[in-house]
Amino acid sequence: MKRTRGWPSTIAGIVLLGLMLFPVYWMVNASLQPAGNVLRAGWFPLHPDFSGYTTALRDQGGSLVTSLVVAAGSVVLSLALAAPAAYALARLPLRGTGVVVFGILVTQMVPGIVVANALYGAYNDLGLLNSRLGLILADSTAGVPFAIIVLRAFMRSIPGEIIEAARMDGAGRLRVFRSVVLPLSVNGLITAGLFVFLFAWSDFLFALTLNTTDAVRPVTVGLYQYIGAHTNQWNALMATAVLASLPASALLVVAQRHITAGATGGAVK
Amino acid sequence: MRSGSRRTPDRPAPPRADSARTVARARLRERVVHGMFLLPALAYLLLFFGYPVVKNVVMSFQQYTAATFYTGSAPFVGLRNYAKILSSDLFGPALLTTVLFTVASLLGQFVPGLALALFFHRKFPLGGLLRSLLLLPWLLPLVVSGTTWRWMLDTDSGVVNRALRDLHLLSSGVPWLTGTSQALVSVILVNIWVGIPFNTALLYGGLQDIPAHLHEAAKLDGAGPLTTFRHVTWPLLRPVAGVVLLLGVVYTVKVFDIILVVTGGGPAGATETLATRSYELSFEQFEFGRGAAMGNVLVLVSLAFALVHLRANRRALNA
Repeated sequence: MKRTRGWPSTIAGIVLLGLMLFPVYWMVNASLQPAGNVLRAGWFPLHPDFSGYTTALRDQGGSLVTSLVVAAGSVVLSLALAAPAAYALARLPLRGTGVVVFGILVTQMVPGIVVANALYGAYNDLGLLNSRLGLILADSTAGVPFAIIVLRAFMRSIPGEIIEAARMDGAGRLRVFRSVVLPLSVNGLITAGLFVFLFAWSDFLFALTLNTTDAVRPVTVGLYQYIGAHTNQWNALMATAVLASLPASALLVVAQRHITAGATGGAVK
Repeated sequence: MRSGSRRTPDRPAPPRADSARTVARARLRERVVHGMFLLPALAYLLLFFGYPVVKNVVMSFQQYTAATFYTGSAPFVGLRNYAKILSSDLFGPALLTTVLFTVASLLGQFVPGLALALFFHRKFPLGGLLRSLLLLPWLLPLVVSGTTWRWMLDTDSGVVNRALRDLHLLSSGVPWLTGTSQALVSVILVNIWVGIPFNTALLYGGLQDIPAHLHEAAKLDGAGPLTTFRHVTWPLLRPVAGVVLLLGVVYTVKVFDIILVVTGGGPAGATETLATRSYELSFEQFEFGRGAAMGNVLVLVSLAFALVHLRANRRALNA
């Protein structure tokens, strides 16, 4: 089965991929139509019209910045929490490691709506509604468990001799973590960070429930509100969708290796 | 760490290093240091998963409404929230929709996902590139996918109906999102589209881990591709397949974004699930207590699915 096949398989693969990615193409095509009459969008954007993007950037520019800030914040928070924890779970002789790992897996069963429901009241008391910090904290519920799982798998694969050698040289656990484990885990950190970024960037539920005003409005909510308000401006709506897809698409092209590693790394979950 | 080290100066230093005690103390110190690595993440998980789960249980027994935020009081009402939501005419359909949505999505994702994984497992030029590009639907924000599909499935102007008309497969448009029976099919299709890449990626990873020489041995024994799959590939892939399906259940039961964006739960509640109902109770009707009760039912359904799955899996492995 591992025998190298020829180009017919490649062609079949391209056709399959084309079918799967057709909606993405259609989104781009629609975003390049003139305002209003997307009803009759052609199969190809023969006369691309960028007015949709002008409108989208005018209406949703701020939302894109908000999404960027929140997603970046979630990456920093998630990695800062997950990296030491992953190290402890992977390499330190702690009691109860199994329980903690199982607990992390169980978190995946908790529906976001349950978390949002309880957080709303708590956030209301703490003044975290309509705040970037509040959204970063909530969005990291997707990132922290995932990052721990991915980084733990990564840190387990670091040869024990390297860590032992550093210990012999008199380095404390913190020192070993900072100067040996973290530098050797750069690839894992990038993989985990990319996914944490995409998770937070894609968040819709927390952005919808933990904000009562438009003060902190990520692009997902911006897009959702757009559907209600501008059903006749499909080009701007679709342009916003394209802009909201940029991080995932860009990362898939630039960091393909990390994305595929993370996608299968999630299997360990 | 502090509690461990603070104790040292309080006690008079032993005249001679009591080696056993020093070792014990060093070990304790070490353990505290180790714990410090885990503590921040553990605290976060307890605050953002543990607290909400417990709080939801408490809230589900309270009359927790918008007024609670002004008065600060949420009177205990026993099982009244559960009685209200379970006796509502909307509950049965929402539960059924959740189960249908989950089962149909799982099957619809797994079978094509496995086919694609097998396809990409045969090495061919550009295979790796195509395989990673396939991940795009899974990586896009669900709101984006939902928006795009909503437009594609529009009865009059959507490209799906247009293609069907151009191919002369039907003359009038299918009310993909506005027909009560079609809408559920539509959201399931969208969810399948999102989930196929995830299934493919994980199953492909599982296929990669199967030693190549087993396939070669099967081939030498004259086994055809179908026999090889049934007797070599599938048995070895089973554990990964189990993980994929379990994750699929856990993630699909709580799907929220796609339904809210594509149909908004409509038409006439035809695509309402436990998750969207919970959202509406809490954040549209501000009946947080009932929303919490509905959320807890959702957790129970998720658990039930997982248990059924685990039992079926164990039986299959024992057999």
